[in-house]
Order: sequence, then structure tokens, then C-alpha cells
Amino acid sequence: MSRPVSITLQSSQDGIAIADAIMADNPEATRNAFPAMIKIDAPGRLTIKGDTVSELLGREWDPQEIHMSVVSLSGSVDEDDGSFTLFWR
Amino acid sequence: MNIDIQAEAIIPRRQTFSHIARRFGVDKPASRYEEATFDVQPTANFHYRPTYAPEFELYDPRRTKIAMADWYVFRDPRQFYYATYNINRAAMQQSFDDAVNFVEKRDLIGSVAREWRDRVAGYLLPLRHVEWGANMNCQLIADWGYGTQITSAAAFCGADRLGLGQVISRIGLVLGDGSDEELVAAKQRWMEAAEWQPLRRLVEDMLVVRDWFEVYVAQLVVLDGLLYPLVTDAFDRAGAAHNGAPIAMLTGFLTDWYADNSRWVDAVVKAAAAESEGNRAVLNGWLDTWGARAADALAPIAGQVLGDMGPAAIAEARAQLSDRLQKLGLSFAKELAA
Repeated sequence: MSRPVSITLQSSQDGIAIADAIMADNPEATRNAFPAMIKIDAPGRLTIKGDTVSELLGREWDPQEIHMSVVSLSGSVDEDDGSFTLFWR
Repeated sequence: MNIDIQAEAIIPRRQTFSHIARRFGVDKPASRYEEATFDVQPTANFHYRPTYAPEFELYDPRRTKIAMADWYVFRDPRQFYYATYNINRAAMQQSFDDAVNFVEKRDLIGSVAREWRDRVAGYLLPLRHVEWGANMNCQLIADWGYGTQITSAAAFCGADRLGLGQVISRIGLVLGDGSDEELVAAKQRWMEAAEWQPLRRLVEDMLVVRDWFEVYVAQLVVLDGLLYPLVTDAFDRAGAAHNGAPIAMLTGFLTDWYADNSRWVDAVVKAAAAESEGNRAVLNGWLDTWGARAADALAPIAGQVLGDMGPAAIAEARAQLSDRLQKLGLSFAKELAA
């Protein structure tokens, strides 16, 4: 079994939209609500697609903006212009 | 002494307002946009009918021929409520200010051929009066429209139109080297010059249309849909031969705004057309009527700016709008019947 990666987001307008996007794009992810936070775990790999978040927020969302909503994360990070991925090498 | 610190999770009893939970069926956190727009329209217990229109309730869905089972299907893809709208528009204003400062600091307007500069003042500056008319029309939609989703977005659009009027005025000040003489001359052209009278008549006729959805179609779909591509695309391209790039830097703002606003307009029209065959027929009727009038009203202006190429530019704008409306389930003739 692959090691789980996880990301914890603030439960803010942007954070909720990012969490919704993750759940839509990563069928294996599980979502847990905590006070003011959302923790999402996924086995092995988790991708946040900028397009999905933009669609949910109704505005152009740059994956760089994720740092304003992240509380914590575990896994190696791979970022490009359109997506933000967590994985274990 | 030991201090034992424990975290205790307090689960909120409710996640959102009851009317939002009723609509979406589950009590999950709603976005601010959803909370600000869905089911906020007052629907009952109005007591008195308006004295100026006693056949209607104060808020009445019968003020338009468009009929909807649910008035909350006009979701704004930009999800504008007060905060997002202001953040977005403040950024737009900043980008326009930057462009103006850039042009002014380097005196780039001086490098534009004098003849083209005068022609731009000729076609662009009177449009601030069109924007004022558009503001009135949007406010009418906000006033008599039904369902907060469309009325709040229309009120934002109305504020946009005043802003656009100011943007055009600012360009007028730049073209007039800081004096208002270009703006005064533009007002005079708007009131008196023969080529502007058809457009002025169109704008004034729209102000007395009482079906708010017809105003929506006439102003936001048809007139904007023909005027903006003409001014920001065809006219700008004609300026390239006269070193018009500095002016395109200033009017580029209009292109950006139009693209943004069209996302909302498309979503609204698409939802209204998808509702019923009856709605589609009404919308197509309005598109025909106002489409013919708008093309006629713009023809003399296009002719003045582009000369012989004027009719071709109008035809291209019509074709673009026709393609756009076809994707939304409506029909708009590419060419006017002779």
C-alpha cells in the first residue's frame, strides 16, 4: 500500500473551493472536517488542478495562491503553472 | 500544578442559512455568493401595490414576457457579490490607471498621427453617453427584475457602466492634453452631428422600454454585442496604420471588461432560452427587432471611421454575435434581410 499524502486547508472561501476541487479530481481522497480546517488524505498521490478551482471560484485561480490557504501538508511537492501535486518518491 | 490543555471541537449546529439549506437539500457550508444571492428576493406580503403600476405587485415576475419556473438559474459564473466584485474591479481600475500613466509619462499620444487622434476622439468620446444610457438600463433591470441573482449582477453591471463612462472621459482628457475641450466637442457631436443621431435615438428609445428582460437583450446582448467588437476590434485595427498603438493601450480596458461581462450575459441568456420554447421565441423576436435597429444605428459611425470598410465591419460584428448566440440556443440572422 502506498504511503498516504495529505493536505490541510483553512476552511475559508478559497479553502473550501480547493477542497471541493480536490475531491472532484481525486476519487480516492478522503475529506475530514476539523474546526476551521479541512484535512484531505489520499493514497500515494493528490493533484490540485488550477482549472477546476478556477471554475468553482468563478475567477482565474493561480496554483501559487494555494499557499494562502494551506495549513499543513505532507508529501513531496510538484508545482507547475496549471497544477499542484503531492506525492511520495 | 499541572495544566491540562485539551482541544475541544465545537460542531456548529448549522452550516448556513435555512433558505440555502432548503434549496440545496443538505446543510453544508455555502459559498458567500450562494448566501448573498439565492432566494433573497421578497416574494410575499407586499401590502400595497405601487401607485405608478397598480396592475403589478411591488416585486412581480410578470413585469417581463420571459417566464421562469425558478428565477435562480441565472448563476453568474464570476460569482460576484460585494467583496468579489470590488476586489475584481479595483484590480481592473488599477490596470487602466497604469496604462494611462504609462502613456502620459512617455507622451505616447504625441506619436499618434494627428488625423487618427482626431478620429478616435470623434468615435470614442461620444460613447460615454451610450455608457450612461447603459447604466440607466442596468439599474432598471436591478429595480424591476425578479430574483436577486439577476438583479444584483445587473446593479454591479450598472456601476461598471458609470466606470466605463469615466474611463472614456479620462481618455478624452488625455486626448485633449488635460483640457475638457474634446469632451465638450464630443457632447455636441452626440447631440447634433447627423451620424450620431440614429444611435442616440436607439439609446433614448431603450430608456423607455418597460419589459426589463427586453432591456437586457437590447442593451447587453445586442447593442454591446455589436458596438464593443466594432470599437475595440475593427476600429482599433484601423488605427494600426496610423501608429494607433498608444490609443489601443488605453482602450484595451474596454476589451477586457467586455470579455468579462459577456461571461455573465451568456450565462443569463442561455438559461432563459433553455427554460422553454416560448422564452426562446420571445428572445429571438427581441434579437431581430433590436439587432436591425442597432446595425442601422452603428452603420453611419462605422462608415465615418472606416469609410468603405464600414459595412463589412458591421457584417463581421453581426456574424460574431450570431455565432455566439447560436451556441446559447438562439438564432440571430447573420445578415439583415434586404
